[in-house]
Amino acid sequence: MLSPSAPKAGGDILVADDIYVRFDTAEGPVTAVDHMSFNVRQGEFLSVIGPSGCGKSTLFNVIGGLLTSHDGTVKVGGETIAGPHKSIGMVFQEESTFPWRNVTDNVAFPLELTGMPKAKRIERARRFIQLVGLAGFENRFPGELSGGMRQRVSLARTLASEPKILLMDEPFAALDEQTRLLLGDKVLQIQQQLKQTTLLITHNITEAVQMSDRILVMTYRPGKLKRIVEIDLPRPRTSEIVGSEAFGRYVAEIWNDLREEASRGMRDEEAHALHEHAS
Amino acid sequence: MSAVAPARPAPRPSPLFAYAPALTGLATVVAFFVLMEVLIRVGVISRFIVPPPSEIIGSFYRVITEEHVFRRFLLTLGECLTAGVMITVFGVAGGVLMHRYKLLQQACETWVAAFAAAPVVLAYPLFMVIFGRSAWTIIMIGFVAALPPVILKTLEGLSGTRKVLVNVGKSFNLSGSQQFWKIMFPAALPTIFVGIRLGLIFALINIVGVEFLINYGGLGQLINDLAERYDLAGTYAAICFVILVSVVFFMALEKVERWLRPVD
Repeated sequence: MLSPSAPKAGGDILVADDIYVRFDTAEGPVTAVDHMSFNVRQGEFLSVIGPSGCGKSTLFNVIGGLLTSHDGTVKVGGETIAGPHKSIGMVFQEESTFPWRNVTDNVAFPLELTGMPKAKRIERARRFIQLVGLAGFENRFPGELSGGMRQRVSLARTLASEPKILLMDEPFAALDEQTRLLLGDKVLQIQQQLKQTTLLITHNITEAVQMSDRILVMTYRPGKLKRIVEIDLPRPRTSEIVGSEAFGRYVAEIWNDLREEASRGMRDEEAHALHEHAS
Repeated sequence: MSAVAPARPAPRPSPLFAYAPALTGLATVVAFFVLMEVLIRVGVISRFIVPPPSEIIGSFYRVITEEHVFRRFLLTLGECLTAGVMITVFGVAGGVLMHRYKLLQQACETWVAAFAAAPVVLAYPLFMVIFGRSAWTIIMIGFVAALPPVILKTLEGLSGTRKVLVNVGKSFNLSGSQQFWKIMFPAALPTIFVGIRLGLIFALINIVGVEFLINYGGLGQLINDLAERYDLAGTYAAICFVILVSVVFFMALEKVERWLRPVD
């Protein structure tokens, strides 16, 4: 059932090749991402999962072009990226709506940058607002919305730029479990409707299994690719799938992989805290 | 098992309850005036130092009609607004430059902060030498005294722009100028406006103070005039008028600020 995946010919939209990132810290150099290579296929939902501190967010920044001081290459449609690329739309972990713009103006932001006429961009923004289920909230400001609704605004804003790849860094991390599952449904529905290639960075096993076609499991420091898991669950999916036996098996098997890494991370943090206390 | 009492809607609070804080505040002021009136009338406080509040209230009409208080108010307001435009232009530009050039920030931030606490008004003879006994002396002192909070708050607002918003801009490939105008400046605007509000209050205080010192211009000069004539009730009435103007000014600025900042 679980097998490493080989890239399928002709289907790769993004190829990360031998990514290596090292940071110089006060305690010496730290390797955040250690020679990782993987591919993302056209239209697939790929998740990268790993324990806290394994370099997932660093990888997100590398793929999004926000971190350029790394070894290795990231290619989108065959083109090597050297910074943020128009084909990649990013959704961040932190709340990232613009508080001074209402929902429509937030979502229309990337369209405004293209010089699209106002009437057209508002009409298009409203389509994406509807897509994320926020119809009726067009004129509200982010301060008037819940955390989950704000994340949906961020998602709609990114989708409005019509990226080839949707790159998300733990977008539901700050939300409660129920909202997280329901938003997962919404993302799945959108992804299936738009056939949107999606790369999700997460530490949540349930979320990853619920949504993904494949899951890349990372090791704790240095962040290396431990293995790739193909998720063979039927589509279209909803959060109801979390009750199925197959779902439980995937979660258990991925947790087996992650437990050792997460334990290492915890021990490392404890040792670090003791060291800090002693000095 | 005990029976559960049917839920009853909470009683509607009386309209008086909603105004309780404002009414208590007003009552405190009235109580203070009554206390002062009593203390002055029984002779605990000399009426040659502080006139009874009833006399001050009685002289309001005289000050308004005979001393042309509205014309003077407009003069002071004009000086404040001129200084306000100047602090907004130069203060915001100064803050932006200090944010843009780190060396400038490292070199000047401490000086600007120290300058915010300096009693600039004491330098009025120097300003009189430069600008003469004119409205420009008053405006320039107001401007110089009010500049530091605008610079510092602009710097604080720009430096405090959340990194994720900057990253959103980068992810959409914004140019440097787009990043500034579409993300950093709007994000910093509420903090910048706090600086402008503080600056305008500093300007108003200094402008009225310098008007008093150089006996020129609007409300400050009126207080000076009345004090010179030993019209104590009139002097205090004029001071009350300045306080009233400050309160109205402050409230208007708050309204504008709320209008500029939709919802947090």
